[in-house]
Amino acid sequence: MNTHTANPHGADMSAQPRYYVREHHPENGTLLGFWIYLMSDCLIFACLFAAYAVLGRNYAGGPTGAEVFELPVVALNTSILLLSSITYGFAMLEMQRDRLRATMIWLAITGLLGACFIYLELSEFAHLIAEGNGPQRSGFLTSFFSLVGTHGLHVTFGIVWLVTLLFQLGRHGLTEANQRRLMCLSMFWHFLDVVWIGVFTFVYLMGVLP
Amino acid sequence: MSANNGHSDHSDHAHGHGHHGTHADHGSLKSYLIGFVLAVVLTAIPFWLVMGKVFDKSSVTGIVLLALAAVQVVVHMVYFLHMNTKSEGGWNMLALVFTVMLVVIMLSGSLWVMYHLNHNMMPGMMSGAATSTTPDPRSLP
Repeated sequence: MNTHTANPHGADMSAQPRYYVREHHPENGTLLGFWIYLMSDCLIFACLFAAYAVLGRNYAGGPTGAEVFELPVVALNTSILLLSSITYGFAMLEMQRDRLRATMIWLAITGLLGACFIYLELSEFAHLIAEGNGPQRSGFLTSFFSLVGTHGLHVTFGIVWLVTLLFQLGRHGLTEANQRRLMCLSMFWHFLDVVWIGVFTFVYLMGVLP
Repeated sequence: MSANNGHSDHSDHAHGHGHHGTHADHGSLKSYLIGFVLAVVLTAIPFWLVMGKVFDKSSVTGIVLLALAAVQVVVHMVYFLHMNTKSEGGWNMLALVFTVMLVVIMLSGSLWVMYHLNHNMMPGMMSGAATSTTPDPRSLP
């Protein structure tokens, strides 16, 4: 009873001062810093979305969205990216259980799905450009290529990062630094999926509406 | 005494938790699966609405699509990015709110300004209207 009443006055018997318990200070600011980077990336995408919103119907006599977009391919691409999000989630769960091999397998699957996504997107771009509907054709296509291309570039760099981390994991295992890197890439990967929600809704689906 | 025990348990837990150095909530298998199922449903509905031509008016479809996208963004934030008001002592949420505010101002501002610009540049409002109806840049030499 004595210790109980003494507690509020700071004579705590536990080794740690009270404020360590109350406020949860991050040990390092990497994750917060990375989150702030993602938010600034969000602003880049917002600018590109705004450009698309303004220019998206300026066809200049060229093709409209309804003519060039192939929704089944977009649906396939969307499901691939969504699937890669959950496989990355599984990799994080395995990381939590300290299972190196399973983490690396799920990461590799995620990377393969990302590569499929990029392949489909590039083939779509190549198809458009081959038909003379490159970014220089109209304001609509300029803003389309900038927005979707920037997203694709992000995914590409995400894959490069992922492969790098696979090598790091293979060499050093699930060290604390590697876990932190995996968590940053996790945020990056899920963030790209969030941006893709905007892309497939605003660009593709709303683009084909009459 | 029991309260004291509870307190020390809590501090042990917090200490052990922080000891990993990776303090963020990674979620569980259940939360990932819930998020995935919700995301699949929220993705399938928009594609069905557009490809099946469910609504006659495209404005109705557009509004429904945007609403579904907004819901799906929140689902991804909560179940995949594990956002909550507690993570990183609330700084994550603060940065997010600030960004959302900027994005809303920028998007709505751009659309508003450009809409009025287009409106005021309509052919017929200006004497040089004929130039604005020049058809195709390709037809120029």
